[in-house]
Amino acid sequence: MYEIRIHSRGGQGGVTAAKLLALAAFRDGKYATACPFYGAERRGAPVVSFVRIDDEPIKIYSQIHEPDLVIVLDTSIMDVVDVLQGLKSGGTVLLNSAHPLLGCNGTCRHVDLTGIALAENLVVAGSPILNTPVLGALAKMGVVTFPSAEKAIREMFADERNVKAAKAAYEELKA
Amino acid sequence: MLTIATGNKAVAAAVKAAKPGVVAAYPITPQTEIVEQIAEYVTDGDLESQYIPVESEHSAMAACIGASAGGVRTFTATSSHGLLYMHEMVHWAAGARLPIVMANVNRALGPGWNTWAEHSDAFSQRDTGWLQVFVGTVQEAYDATLMAFKIAEDERVLLPVMVNLDGFALSHIMQALETVDLGDFLPPYHLPHAIDTENPCVYGPMTGPADYFRFRWDIERSMRDARGVIAEVEREFAERFGRSYGPTEDYRCEDADVVVIAMGTLGKEAEVAVDRLRDEGIKAGSMRLRWFRPFPDLDLAGREVVVIDRDYSFGFGGVVAHSIRSKTGVVPYSVIAGLGGQEVTYNDIADFVRNRHPGTETWFGVSDHV
Repeated sequence: MYEIRIHSRGGQGGVTAAKLLALAAFRDGKYATACPFYGAERRGAPVVSFVRIDDEPIKIYSQIHEPDLVIVLDTSIMDVVDVLQGLKSGGTVLLNSAHPLLGCNGTCRHVDLTGIALAENLVVAGSPILNTPVLGALAKMGVVTFPSAEKAIREMFADERNVKAAKAAYEELKA
Repeated sequence: MLTIATGNKAVAAAVKAAKPGVVAAYPITPQTEIVEQIAEYVTDGDLESQYIPVESEHSAMAACIGASAGGVRTFTATSSHGLLYMHEMVHWAAGARLPIVMANVNRALGPGWNTWAEHSDAFSQRDTGWLQVFVGTVQEAYDATLMAFKIAEDERVLLPVMVNLDGFALSHIMQALETVDLGDFLPPYHLPHAIDTENPCVYGPMTGPADYFRFRWDIERSMRDARGVIAEVEREFAERFGRSYGPTEDYRCEDADVVVIAMGTLGKEAEVAVDRLRDEGIKAGSMRLRWFRPFPDLDLAGREVVVIDRDYSFGFGGVVAHSIRSKTGVVPYSVIAGLGGQEVTYNDIADFVRNRHPGTETWFGVSDHV
């Protein structure tokens, strides 16, 4: 089982990112669950969502305490949340950042999702949309295939700019 | 069709397939997504139904009672305080023998204000005469909702059914969902005592002690008959659609020395705990209790039992633990866990089994073996 924890702020689309990722994995023929953790959060507060991907049906409903992959959609959270907590040894971190910001005991990747969203003018209520471009980066990392990522995005969103943004993130992902 | 969906969306999809003539509901977290989705189906013309956006849950159930007695299939959904608010009408629906189906997205009761999973809301309606089923997956939320209509409307039952799913833990997670083409699985709604304007009669008049007492016995007689009807419907569902269900879902129980009994999502997570315990050489099994009313006959002879209650009857004990004890004579180890959405993992459940003390009660993380 591959376990993913997504850190974001309320309103940034972390929950939708989890759903998109689960849907893409499902389109790859895997079992997947997306479990957003709903707290008493408001717009702007740090939030987490979880995704599990496996070849077998998934029976676990509790939170992910030892993720294989941590995704940080808003790096300003790292001032208040230990995003590396419980990360498996050899695990991976993906940051929404133009620069490497973090050392970890596994692999750290980064891509400027905010810049990509702004370049595509993917902005809703003043916030750049991060949940569709991040899927492109995850496809590059092999978490899902790109065709399934594309399919998942098109199933949930009609605007083709979402697919273009995912392609851009696929190209721009840094080691 | 195969897709992925939340537990709430799965319930709404089942309601769309069952085509109720009236849906009356009031939104409440974490149930809202169900009635939002149904309202959308009605607006988009995907479901031909009268959607009544009432001003309270009491009115929601009252509207369902009127519509059901008027001769149409009805559905509503609620949670927690919404269910408590409709309590008077919940009794009435069963007493009037109306096969209403209601989804209850299990949520804790305030104060403190808490929107997360707990089974106390459903158990507060335990003695109303409603059938109660608890589901553990998104697929099961869909399947159980479909079957609920058929079971409720069977003339041997004619009692309302409450389909329970854990708030957030199931209502808001996405999993695989296969929707089905119902065909003639669900016959047209027929209520033998439906209001007939050609033949006017009085509904709900003053009823003397002797007749009232017979009506109460008739509810119980139907509850007992419901066991057989449930089994028939679940068998037919399995034959038609390939997914089988029973009063419990048993996992590695055949040779188990110790059995974990839990409901809802904790009952599924318990299967992972069982695998871990088996790896350590502990012969554990899991029995996820699906039907709570009517309460099934369980064979637990010669086994130790660990019951996880996501509920509590103050001054008495865990509702499920004591139900098991009174029905089977087995004295379980009673664990109270997951109240108000408390995080309980498969590792915790495995620990409950490792540290079991039959005859005692533990409040997970708070108080051991009291």
